[in-house]
Amino acid sequence: MNGPMGNEPLGDGDTPPHGMPLPRVPQPRDAADDMPSMPESQPVPALEPELEPQPRLVADPALPAYHFDHDTLKSLLGAWALSACSAEESAAVEDHLTHCASCAEEALRLRDAVGLLHREDSLDLDPLLRARVLEGCLGRRPARIPVPEWAGPYDAETARLDAFLGDLGDPEWEMPVRLTWSGGQRQLTLSGVLAHLGSIDGLVAMAIGLDDPLGPDAPRTIAGRTDEAADRCGHHSHALIRSSWRAQTRGIVRTLSFAGTSSGGLPVDFTGLVLPIRDALIDRAFECWIHAEDVATALDYPYEPPAPRHLNRIIDLAARQLPAVLAERRRAGLASSPGWLTEAGTPGRTLHLEVEGQGGGHWYIPLDSPAAIASPDTEVAHVALEGIEFCQLAAGHRHPEDLAAGQDGEREAIRDVLCATASMSRM
Amino acid sequence: MATPAPPRWDRKMQQRLARGEEAALGELYDRFASLVHSIAHRVMADEDAADQITREVFGYIWENPDAFDPKDGNMRSWIASLTQRQAVHRLRRSEAERVRIGGERSAAQLEARVREANTAARADFIRTSMPSSIRATLELAYFQRRDYRRTAAELGLTENETRRRLRLGLQMLSTAMQPPQSSPSPPSGSSGGVL
Repeated sequence: MNGPMGNEPLGDGDTPPHGMPLPRVPQPRDAADDMPSMPESQPVPALEPELEPQPRLVADPALPAYHFDHDTLKSLLGAWALSACSAEESAAVEDHLTHCASCAEEALRLRDAVGLLHREDSLDLDPLLRARVLEGCLGRRPARIPVPEWAGPYDAETARLDAFLGDLGDPEWEMPVRLTWSGGQRQLTLSGVLAHLGSIDGLVAMAIGLDDPLGPDAPRTIAGRTDEAADRCGHHSHALIRSSWRAQTRGIVRTLSFAGTSSGGLPVDFTGLVLPIRDALIDRAFECWIHAEDVATALDYPYEPPAPRHLNRIIDLAARQLPAVLAERRRAGLASSPGWLTEAGTPGRTLHLEVEGQGGGHWYIPLDSPAAIASPDTEVAHVALEGIEFCQLAAGHRHPEDLAAGQDGEREAIRDVLCATASMSRM
Repeated sequence: MATPAPPRWDRKMQQRLARGEEAALGELYDRFASLVHSIAHRVMADEDAADQITREVFGYIWENPDAFDPKDGNMRSWIASLTQRQAVHRLRRSEAERVRIGGERSAAQLEARVREANTAARADFIRTSMPSSIRATLELAYFQRRDYRRTAAELGLTENETRRRLRLGLQMLSTAMQPPQSSPSPPSGSSGGVL
């Protein structure tokens, strides 16, 4: 390699008093006679060709010569090693190196260090590795204070979003992100999305005795809380917004671990919908995934669906909520299929929901009343669709008419169930 | 997360792990997984091996939280050195196997490869641990190929300060090339694979 250390000027005598570089005629070096600290045999990591300093330039007598003192030359060593100074400065540094042993030694060392400046090449950890590593650990030593099984999806999805956020730069935090649901849409920044997620998670936090992140007397509705949080986040740094959001998610998981599995029945009031906390956390995991995906879509990044067993819990929660939502829609005149009178606890007309793909399964939805028993024997309709499609429908990201769903049986019943699924979506 | 957590975070984490809190294990993973995985990947240059080493390192910490001694440094550097040792141990084993099979590899090549892997792993740790202001300056000059004047202009720094940061950053990085004076005492008292 014809690097900067490979040549030296003729007549390597003393520096002229005012540093006028001597005309340099490159000449191969014989031995490191005057620079014992520079082992010639030590390989210098090859730099990319474009980064190669161009020692030839320095011989150009047309370049004006400037005086650089020792301290200035020394301060340039880092920039020189990175080929990040002007041709003239490079020339001055290289000239200096031929008669300053300490700078020459440092220059070689810094030059080698440049070869260690790798890019981080495994930025994207496989999100599923987390579950495998944690499982491996728990196999070696069981947890004395485990995370309740139903908190697993929330734990994993919030950690996944946090890791995703770690890879983003400041400009990306200001990109507009559009949230859509069946009843509307709203545009927020990434900070606003996190504020929205954190403010609704706050309802869960309050249910287990943690503080409301919005403080006392904050609004209770989802829209009200989102407005309040989005307003406030304009005054805070991205780092603070992220760390407050994360701290609350960790606080919830931790508190529930100490409370134990038996705490799963505690009610969480989402205004208009009260869920036991074991379901509320699955709902929050779902929201976290969907909004993370909204963010990723806005930034043109990929974002994978949750692990299959978590996806299964999310689908299951939606399927379990369907009978009540159907009944409510029927009361509101939004259903097209007539409800049949069924006595509570007796088998009624049933829709067979078949969700395909990883995390999928079979669910039987009672069509007449939440209190009726669903059974394959009374199946009047069968709908089959892919798990991610079903979740996108439940998130309000798909119209029931646009779904690729296999249908068999009563069309109106199927339509009602798909519309009811979409209607469950919220901001 | 380049900056080391405050010592209080380290001690608290250690106590929570010792108590057997699964939630703490998750937080530990979230904080350090990319560090562990990237060091392991740098040494082994293999995704599966890096995953495996990540499992071993976290498994070891979860089983032996008391092996961390805050007096010897912060948790981040402890985990980095555990990872490096384990990864180099695995590398040595797989390379030794190749030497034994009698391929084209010699014992000297093995040592060179191990030395190179150790240096690269140390360099990664140093790069991710240096102050972010210095790292950002270095990366702009190197990866974006800005000269130091443009780097200064883009970061709103003086040229002097920019030169200082570039030199200091490379000086820090160059310490990766020195053999470690004495590697921090491995938990089992040997320098072999310990996890």
